[in-house]
Amino acid sequence: MSVFLLKRFLTLIATLAATSAVVFVVLDVLPGNAAQVLMGPDAAPEAVQALAQQLGLDQPAWQRYLQWVQGLLVLDLGNSYAYGSPVVDLVLERLALTVPLAVLAMLITTVLALSAGVYAASRHNRWGDMGVMGLAQLGIAIPNFWFAILLILLFSVKLQWFSAGGFPGWTEDAGGGFWQALKALLLPAISLAVVQAAILARITRSAVLDVMREDFVRTARAKGLSRRGVLWGHVLRNAMVPVVTVMGLQFANLLAGTIVVENVFYLPGLGRLIFQSIANRDLIVVRNCVMLLAAMVVIVNFIVDLLYAAIDPRLKASDL
Amino acid sequence: MSTPLVLTPPSAWQRALRQRSLVLGAALTLLLLLAAGLSLVWTPWSPYEIDLELKLLPPSAAHWLGTDAFGRDVASLLLVGARSSILVGLIAVGIGLLLGTALGLLAAARRGWVEELIMRLADFTFAFPAILSAIMLTAVFGAGIVNAIIAIGIFNIPTFARVTRASANAVWSRDYILAARACGRSRWAITWEHVLPNILPMLIVQATIQFAIAILAEAALSYLGLGTQPPQPSWGRMLSEAQTLMFEAPLLAIWPGLAIALAVLGLNLLGDGLRDWLDPRLARAR
Repeated sequence: MSVFLLKRFLTLIATLAATSAVVFVVLDVLPGNAAQVLMGPDAAPEAVQALAQQLGLDQPAWQRYLQWVQGLLVLDLGNSYAYGSPVVDLVLERLALTVPLAVLAMLITTVLALSAGVYAASRHNRWGDMGVMGLAQLGIAIPNFWFAILLILLFSVKLQWFSAGGFPGWTEDAGGGFWQALKALLLPAISLAVVQAAILARITRSAVLDVMREDFVRTARAKGLSRRGVLWGHVLRNAMVPVVTVMGLQFANLLAGTIVVENVFYLPGLGRLIFQSIANRDLIVVRNCVMLLAAMVVIVNFIVDLLYAAIDPRLKASDL
Repeated sequence: MSTPLVLTPPSAWQRALRQRSLVLGAALTLLLLLAAGLSLVWTPWSPYEIDLELKLLPPSAAHWLGTDAFGRDVASLLLVGARSSILVGLIAVGIGLLLGTALGLLAAARRGWVEELIMRLADFTFAFPAILSAIMLTAVFGAGIVNAIIAIGIFNIPTFARVTRASANAVWSRDYILAARACGRSRWAITWEHVLPNILPMLIVQATIQFAIAILAEAALSYLGLGTQPPQPSWGRMLSEAQTLMFEAPLLAIWPGLAIALAVLGLNLLGDGLRDWLDPRLARAR
C-alpha cells in the first residue's frame, strides 16, 4: 500500500510541475514583455522599463519561474496590476463562489445520475429504462450554457421566481446571506449538473447491469435477500468503480463548465475573473487562475485514483 | 413436401435500417451537412446585411424564424452558422485523429518506456480542458477561430491516443500477429497491414463522438467570445447576442440552441448506431 501511495504521489508532483511549466511558458515566455502587454502598445518606453523592473522581468525566465513556483507554495503571488490588490486575495474571494458552485453541481449530478441509472438498470429494456436513456441522450446533446439560458427564460423571465443573474454574497454585511446566496447558485448548479448527470446516468446503468449478471448476486438472492437489499448492498458498491472514474473525469468538465455558466449568470467567480483579467491584459492573474484550475483537475484525479483502491482492494495488487 | 428452412443472415443494409439510432443519427447528420452545403450556394436572405428597420421581427412567411437585433434573417444565420461548427469540428477532430492515432499506434507497437511516456503525456494533457487552452491562447494571441480549433484539437489528441492504444494492444495479442511476426514482418509493417485496418471501425465511431464534443466546445467558446468572430455567424455567438434580449425576443435564444442540440444529438446517435452496426456482438451483449 505504501509503495502504491508513494508512486501515485510522485506522479502527482511530476504532473503538477509539468503543468506549471506549460502554463509559465505559454503565459509568461510566449507573450514576451509582460510590462508591454499590461500597458499596451502606446505606452512610453521609460514607463514600460520601470514596470518591467518592478515586476522583476529583467531576470532570466528560469529564475522568474522558480520565484513563481516558490510563491505558489507559500501563497504569495504578488499584486494584480489591474486591481492593485494581492492576487491570492482576489482568487480566494472568487473561489468562495466557484467552489460551492462546483460542489453543489456535483452533488445534484450524483443524486440525479445514481437514482436515474439504478432505476433504468432495474427496469432493463422496459419503458422506464428506455425513457430514462432517451432523456439522457437528449441531456448529453444540450449545451450547458443553452440549458442555463432556458432556465433563465422559464424561471426568471416567465415565472420570475429567481433573478436572472448576479450574486448577493454569503454574508449579510455584503447585502446577501447564506440562503440568498444558495438560491443564486441553484439555477447555475442545475444547468451544470443536468448534462453531467446524463453522462453519469448512462455509466451507472451499464455498470449496475454488468454487476447484476455476476454469480455473487445470484448467490445473495438465493440465500433470501430481497431484490432491493441486493441492489443497494451488493450491486451498487461493486458498480461504483467505473462510476467514480467517470466522476473524476467529469470534474474537469465541471470546472470548465463553471467558467461558461458564471458568464451566463454574471456570477463573480473564478471564470469571470479570468475574462476580466484577459480584458485588462492582466497576465499575472490569468496565469495563476489557469494554474489553479489545472491543478484542481490533476489533484481530483489523484484523489480518484486513491478512491479506487479504497473501493476495490483488488486494483492495488495489479497496480504494483 | 415441406419447404426447406433457409436462414439467410440479414445484409449490412438490412441491419443498418433496423437500428433506430443509426437511421435517426444519420438523418440528423445529413441534415447538418446539407444545411452547411446549402448555405454555400443559397440562403433566404444575406446573413451579413444589417437593416435596423427590420430588427426583431417575429417569425413570418418572409422571415421563417424572424430577425435578430440587427435585422438579419435568423434562418439564414443558422444555415451559415452550421459551417463554423463543421469547419471547427472537422479540423479539430482531424488534428486529434491524426496525431492521437499515430501516438497510440506507436505506444502499442513499441511498448516499454515509449508507451509509458506517451500515456503519461496523454494523462497530463487532460489537465487542460479545451476551454482552459483556449483561454491561455486568447490571453496571448487575442481571440480568434484558429485558437478555438487548436485548443479543441489539443484536447482531442489524448482521447484518440488512449482509445487507439487500448484497441491496438488487443490486436497485438492476437495469434495472426504472432504468425506475421514469425514470418519476419517488421513492427511498422504489422501496424500498417494488420493493426490499423482492425481498429479503423473503432476510430470512425470515436471520431463521430469527438465531432459532437467539438461542436459543443466550439459553441461554448464562441458564446464566450473566444471562438468564431463577427461578422461570421456562429450558433454560440447568436446565443450570447440573444441573451441580452431575453425579455424582448425570447425566441432568439431558442433557435441556435436547438440547432446545436440537434447536431450533437445526431452525431452521438450516429456514433452509437455505427458501433452496434460495425460490431454486432456488442449490440447483442447489451
